[in-house]
Amino acid sequence: MTITDDTINYVAALAKLELSSEEKEKAKKDLSSILAYMETMNELNTDAIEPMSHVFPIRNVFREDEVTNHPNRDTLLSNAPDSKDGCFKVPKTVE
Amino acid sequence: MDLTKLTALELGKKIKDKEVSVIEATQALLEKIKQTDEDYHCYITVMEQEALARASEVQKQIDAGELSDSPLAGVPVAIKDNICTKGVKTTCASKILYNFNPPYNATVIEKLEKAGAVIIGKVNMDEFAMGSTTETSYFGVTKNPWNTAHVPGGSSGGAAAAVAAEEAFYSLGSDTGGSIRQPSSFCGVTGIKPTYGTVSRYGLVAYASSLDQIGPIARNVSDCAVVLDLISGHDTKDSTSVPRDNYQYTEALIDDVRGMKIGIPKGYLGAGLDKEVKSSILAAAKVLEEKGAVVEEFDLDAVDYAIPAYYVIASAEASSNLSRYDGIKYGYRTEDFDGLADVYKKSRSEGFGNEVKRRMMIGAFVLSSGYYDAYYNKSLKVKALIKEGFDKAFEKYDILLGPTAPSTAPKLGESLSDPLKMYLGDIYTVSVNLAGLPAISLPCGIDSKGLPIGLQLIGKHFGEKDIIRAAFSFEQSRDYKGPVNNA
Repeated sequence: MTITDDTINYVAALAKLELSSEEKEKAKKDLSSILAYMETMNELNTDAIEPMSHVFPIRNVFREDEVTNHPNRDTLLSNAPDSKDGCFKVPKTVE
Repeated sequence: MDLTKLTALELGKKIKDKEVSVIEATQALLEKIKQTDEDYHCYITVMEQEALARASEVQKQIDAGELSDSPLAGVPVAIKDNICTKGVKTTCASKILYNFNPPYNATVIEKLEKAGAVIIGKVNMDEFAMGSTTETSYFGVTKNPWNTAHVPGGSSGGAAAAVAAEEAFYSLGSDTGGSIRQPSSFCGVTGIKPTYGTVSRYGLVAYASSLDQIGPIARNVSDCAVVLDLISGHDTKDSTSVPRDNYQYTEALIDDVRGMKIGIPKGYLGAGLDKEVKSSILAAAKVLEEKGAVVEEFDLDAVDYAIPAYYVIASAEASSNLSRYDGIKYGYRTEDFDGLADVYKKSRSEGFGNEVKRRMMIGAFVLSSGYYDAYYNKSLKVKALIKEGFDKAFEKYDILLGPTAPSTAPKLGESLSDPLKMYLGDIYTVSVNLAGLPAISLPCGIDSKGLPIGLQLIGKHFGEKDIIRAAFSFEQSRDYKGPVNNA
């Protein structure tokens, strides 16, 4: 699988990353060899196999809808790079 | 007496018998860290003030007759820096979380504190646990205490090196594709990756949620088993936690493997395995055989495809899990930006290191429309086949035996230039995570370069006791070498 500039730009956009031209070249090279290696899985016939996301059978866990945690707003906001009036502060997004 | 040379259980007993106070033990360890951590750099944060305050609090509890049923009351512990500690920086060794103070404790921290543990500090790791050398840490590399020109392994490199350097009595690491076992192997210490669902992941910063497990790293099998007793258990805060009837792993510390059936996957001894590692592993198998176990080689199905399947699945989950770092709620935010989209992009591009970016891009690619079936879905099918292969093996064998890593610790700076080559080093560990199995790595020899070799024992689901029993029995057959400074 050859990785084109378009592909790199696309995955960078999906991952919300901005890459320098040097980083793009390196990413192209690395991703090509890594994906080529991943394709060795095609040697294995899996037509009759169901994809498995969990190794154990997992069932939905139900509980009463009761509040058990009591988040402290000030503590949570103390980690924010910027806050104002008890809210996270972000650049203006709606005109 | 140098207290730092004691095992966790030995120190716990001396504290219980009032031969040593918790403060003396904590001070001795802090002093040791001051002396040697400049050379090894195991710690990101040393919690000197908090640990001393906590030590006197625990001593009061012990003097009041509390904690008498806890074998490790008062024993200091080091915590990998991706496990949340309330009010104490938890960075994941990343610039993007360089100043993050968790507002809550991970469940394992609550459990250890309830048992009287004193947290001494937060230890170094590969950024977001992505790496095999602890060289991708934003806060600098950790060096192998056996030889500082070599890596300690990763991603729990700080946790393993701290135990080896006697800068910690025991530590907690996390294992997504070998991150407890491989550094334990490289640093000559013992580490357990429990069955998926045995230890709560609540408060473990997520890398690949379907594979991550927290586990102990310590100086011997007994210490590991007692820590596992303390940290395991069902937790409603982790929806993948599996309730069990019995969490008493120390019951399995029995020196008897008579009749135990041990399988060695032939693929684990094949091309790519260092000759000295191979002969050391086979000698270890011989020891268990002489003690009465039945050992034979067999073919393990589909295991050759574990690395590609692992890197697809882990990267896919990482790309999703790490989308939460946006420069808004916590962590690093870029200085200059023009609008919200720019905050996201610049904060992430400046905040994440190369290996993390690489895996997020691989993950975004394998999940993207047009490639999802060929890569991600294919990997989930391969994972099913790998699990089936192990299921078949465990119909015949009680445990499986092999190396933890194909070689001993490489030199610093040798691994990062070729990521694919580094990924291939995980060949014997990743399949265990894909299948959700428990496994232990313990020292079984030293190569001609003077570096430790690790033996890996793999158990069936919730078969921790089988591997602990075999590991303990093997350990009894050897002279105790202890961590590096005793060697």
